[in-house]
Amino acid sequence: MSEHGHHPLPVSPVEQRVAALEALLTERGLVPEGFIEEITRRYESEIGPLNGAKVVARAWADPGYKERLLADGTVAIAELGFGGPEGDHMVVVENTPAVHNVIVCTLCSCYPWPVLGLPPSWYKDPPYRARMVREPRALLAEMGCPLPGDVEIRVWDSSAEVRYLVLPQRPPDTGGMTEAELAGLVTRDSMIGVARL
Amino acid sequence: MDGIHDLGGMQGFGAVAHSPAEPAFAGRWEAVARALMMLVSGAVDASGGEFRHSIERMDPGHYLTSSYYEHWLTGAATLAVEHGLVTRAELEARAGGRFPLSGPVLAPRVADAGPGVGEPRFGTGDRVRVRDWHPPGHTRCPGYVRGKAGTVVRVDGIHSVPDIEAHGTARRHEPTYSVSFDAADLWHDGQHGVTVHVDLWDSYLEPA
Repeated sequence: MSEHGHHPLPVSPVEQRVAALEALLTERGLVPEGFIEEITRRYESEIGPLNGAKVVARAWADPGYKERLLADGTVAIAELGFGGPEGDHMVVVENTPAVHNVIVCTLCSCYPWPVLGLPPSWYKDPPYRARMVREPRALLAEMGCPLPGDVEIRVWDSSAEVRYLVLPQRPPDTGGMTEAELAGLVTRDSMIGVARL
Repeated sequence: MDGIHDLGGMQGFGAVAHSPAEPAFAGRWEAVARALMMLVSGAVDASGGEFRHSIERMDPGHYLTSSYYEHWLTGAATLAVEHGLVTRAELEARAGGRFPLSGPVLAPRVADAGPGVGEPRFGTGDRVRVRDWHPPGHTRCPGYVRGKAGTVVRVDGIHSVPDIEAHGTARRHEPTYSVSFDAADLWHDGQHGVTVHVDLWDSYLEPA
């Protein structure tokens, strides 16, 4: 081990700024005890793409549920116990052999937290936000999701209160699988629409 | 405002740094930044519009070279200073250096929100055109659809207009619509089979 390794990593400028604001707000009594830990726990363990995968699997397994999900996403998702901030007005868009849907937020990083968790870095970064509305076919291919030229692409820019979830196509040869097994096939990217299953 | 956050359609950014999975927070400071924004927003009773606008007002160079949670930190600190919870001098003294904040609000405070819209003016299938305007304050009307014509594909609920709520305590409520634009109409590049749907408040639109 090098001598360098005995020293802690230097605190970055942004960490120093976070610590400064945290300290000042704490002194003013504005940071309740345990609040930061609670936020961390909530976003690390309560929400995430496993919730969305359960919704998708249920829609694949139960045609009645799928119908309700496409008619009123918010209510149907609540049937499985999911909802809350950034999930109050859900619209589910269905992929078919002829239509591929993909979601983006060009103005910030709106994302359906209750079903997908917090957005990944690349979803929040400028390249994705700039390019997905301008050249989605090229960008999807670049991200490993090439689509035949005759597949219509529908991009959904989450610019108001609605948050979107893509219902991917059920993969072939999955007829005998249980709902839990189906959920295991569903990826975060397929529910954003940057991958097909 | 025509800010750096309005990224739809901008060119030159290169590849998306895709990763199949990542932790919710890359480090404790990200979770703290998130929590502090929530606490500041609550303490100053900031609307969603005011919260977003505090980030949109960041210096463009800083915005493009900082991460999502540095945006949240900058917005939280800006709101905290603007509402008198802390001072910039205190922040810089504690941080031991520069503490960049967002730029000033360019729009006047809204005293009179004007009448709301209770019934949708447009229905599914209607052709609409987005107002070609450049409001100095917060808006959720992306620049790349201004002046463009599209088709209403969905009528959503009645929601507080962000352009109003970001600039004071006045509120106006209007329907929002999902409007479908042919990508070839947006970019004039001859692409086929691509539609871009943007969710827009009633007052952003006029009949086409």
